Amino acid sequence: MRATAAEETQSGTLVLLCLASWIIPGAGHLWLGRRAKGLIFLVALPLMFAIGVAIRGRLFPFELSDPLVGLAALADLGIGAVYFIASSLGYGGGDVRAVTYEYGNAFLIVAGLLNMLVVIDAYDVALGRK
Amino acid sequence: MQSHLLLMAIFAFFVSLVFAVIAKDEPRDQLRFGSLMFGGFLASAVVLGWLMYPFPL
Repeated sequence: MRATAAEETQSGTLVLLCLASWIIPGAGHLWLGRRAKGLIFLVALPLMFAIGVAIRGRLFPFELSDPLVGLAALADLGIGAVYFIASSLGYGGGDVRAVTYEYGNAFLIVAGLLNMLVVIDAYDVALGRK
Repeated sequence: MQSHLLLMAIFAFFVSLVFAVIAKDEPRDQLRFGSLMFGGFLASAVVLGWLMYPFPL
């Protein structure tokens, strides 16, 4: 059965919503009118990512030969535009000798994973499940 | 900033904040859920730290 025009429009909007929510943390919630939640995500997640970079965490490269490094890279990418801004400015090189290196990695990886959860939450809100 | 305890507390704060905001809608519920989660993070870290104490690497 073919999807109706309204359903196609809705699915297109949902894709845009999820993309916006991924690229700018909290943008999906702001779009849906949940301002307080959106603003908290907009501040907290990039700040967590910035702390990870500041304490010398590493933005992992996409190395398929090492699955764990590849997965960490995917998780890092979850934060969206902030990832590309940081890497294009040369941040996120990491310093394995730093005491805080592993903490930095945890901050960077978890910030990305939390933003993925935020994207899923925005999707649920848009569908009326929440 | 090299204090492990401080970094762990900051990490726990951010994770608790985001989970509380995702899971609950009312500010009062968010505060309650977030505080419980934050306390749980800190308490479990201290307990696990002491449990690992007899096993030096």
